[in-house]
Amino acid sequence: MSTRTVAVTARTVPGTGRARRRRGVGRRVVGGFLYSLGLPFLLLVLWGVLSTSSTNRFFPGPVAIAESFIDTWVGAAFVEDVLPSLYRLALGILASIVLGVAAGTLIGLFGWLRELLEPLLEFFRAIPPPVLIPVVMLLLGITDTMKVVVIVSGALWPVLLNTIDGVRAIDSVMSETAESFQVTWWERLWFLVLPSASPRIMAGVRQSLSVALILMVISEMFASSAGLGYRIAYFQRNYLIAEMWSGILLLGLVGVLLAVTFGVVERRVLRWYHGIREVNRA
Amino acid sequence: MHVLSIRRPRSPRKVLLGGAGLLGFLLIWQLVPTLGLVNSQYLPYVTDVLVRLVEEFRDLAFWRRLGLTMTSWGIGLSVATAAAVALGAVVGLVPFLRRATHTMVEFLRPIPSVALIPLAVLMFGIQMRAALVIIIYASFWQVFVQMIYGVADVDAVARDTARSFDLTRRERLWYLVLPTALPYLMTGVRLAAAVALILAITAEMVIGNPGLGQMIELSRSAGDATGLYAFVVVTGLLGLGVNLVFRYIERRSLSWHQSVRGEQVQ
Repeated sequence: MSTRTVAVTARTVPGTGRARRRRGVGRRVVGGFLYSLGLPFLLLVLWGVLSTSSTNRFFPGPVAIAESFIDTWVGAAFVEDVLPSLYRLALGILASIVLGVAAGTLIGLFGWLRELLEPLLEFFRAIPPPVLIPVVMLLLGITDTMKVVVIVSGALWPVLLNTIDGVRAIDSVMSETAESFQVTWWERLWFLVLPSASPRIMAGVRQSLSVALILMVISEMFASSAGLGYRIAYFQRNYLIAEMWSGILLLGLVGVLLAVTFGVVERRVLRWYHGIREVNRA
Repeated sequence: MHVLSIRRPRSPRKVLLGGAGLLGFLLIWQLVPTLGLVNSQYLPYVTDVLVRLVEEFRDLAFWRRLGLTMTSWGIGLSVATAAAVALGAVVGLVPFLRRATHTMVEFLRPIPSVALIPLAVLMFGIQMRAALVIIIYASFWQVFVQMIYGVADVDAVARDTARSFDLTRRERLWYLVLPTALPYLMTGVRLAAAVALILAITAEMVIGNPGLGQMIELSRSAGDATGLYAFVVVTGLLGLGVNLVFRYIERRSLSWHQSVRGEQVQ
């Protein structure tokens, strides 16, 4: 419960209740631009100055990192290492969402099934996901399928458990209304159960994304001869420091990209929900 | 939601069904290698794993490794929480800082902490300190973000009331900001505790500093499937324990708060 409320409040906090004086639009845009890029720029400059004056070879300057970023990742490496990793990541995330929502809806709708599985699910959720990598490796060998299965085995649980909770918490007035109007089972699923569970489901998906990214990286560090995680570990073992930093930077970019994509999708899927909250608050 | 299910006295039906589910799972696990669906080299019999677990529990070396894992977990979580509470409170209370750091936070937070493992190894070698870098980085954000939202969430009426009663800055912090931020903080710490455990074990697996994660990696490379499964079960139990303890702490420390009181009434 708490995670979702927090996320929603957070989105509406900036700017509310603060009477902003009307200034020129252009000035406000410039101000926002300065605010959002000022600190990163300052830190980059600071980093640059420090790295030229210090002798610590583990922290190359931003220019060196940017150069090696272009040298390393633009071109063949992008097709050989980055795209396959991203493909497996996307496949794993999609599979976790589909499986998690399907199984979660089923478990959430039948009380006895939920009570039967609850202790088991609690246990599986508590297992640190990377621990499953050796297990899946043992069962499936070192293949592409194994890496996708590893991602699913970790990213499934947040979606699954949140879907169960969301399905359970359907407004009783609504479900009784649906019953008295003799809405068919499928229609109920599509127009009542899934929409009312969707805020919880999205909260689960948000958690899965970061787990999936972590598992993608570690499964490649562990057992691979290609991929983003493997490359970064390789650079480190061979003391290619700037290249290693460029890999970290790329992983950061992938993380930001995932977060932004999720934000866009969530806003579309939950537009009605945010609307209701907005109205309730006013 | 889960808090609810724990709070309520467990009905016998629920305990019975839950137990049946657990037993059924163990039975299926035992049957799969017995029937030859999966070679017992890859999926050992559940009885073997349980026997191995008991053996490990009686071994002092096992407890020492568990201690190492929990030590790095504890240090990492405390340092991250302390830093995040201090920084989060300052950033959250000063609107200028909040606006200025927004992009920075949004960029740094999604960086998967495991991406920093190579860097940590370079800086500190195969030691607990390298693992701590990863643990602290990952769990810091959980608390920090909650803290920023928490201190900014003070009710407008309460704030105006405090102002018109001329409360001092310290009084406002103590009676207004802290109670508002506490639920957020507790949520953050609970999430951070789980994340810190995951990263503590992951770091041991990848970096190789001694602990439970290292044992998992060693039994994998030695082809000791029974040991591997036993250690995986141990980490699951550990995770379960951490979750339960922190949910309990959260509930106790917020027993005055609406969200907990409301749930009890239902």
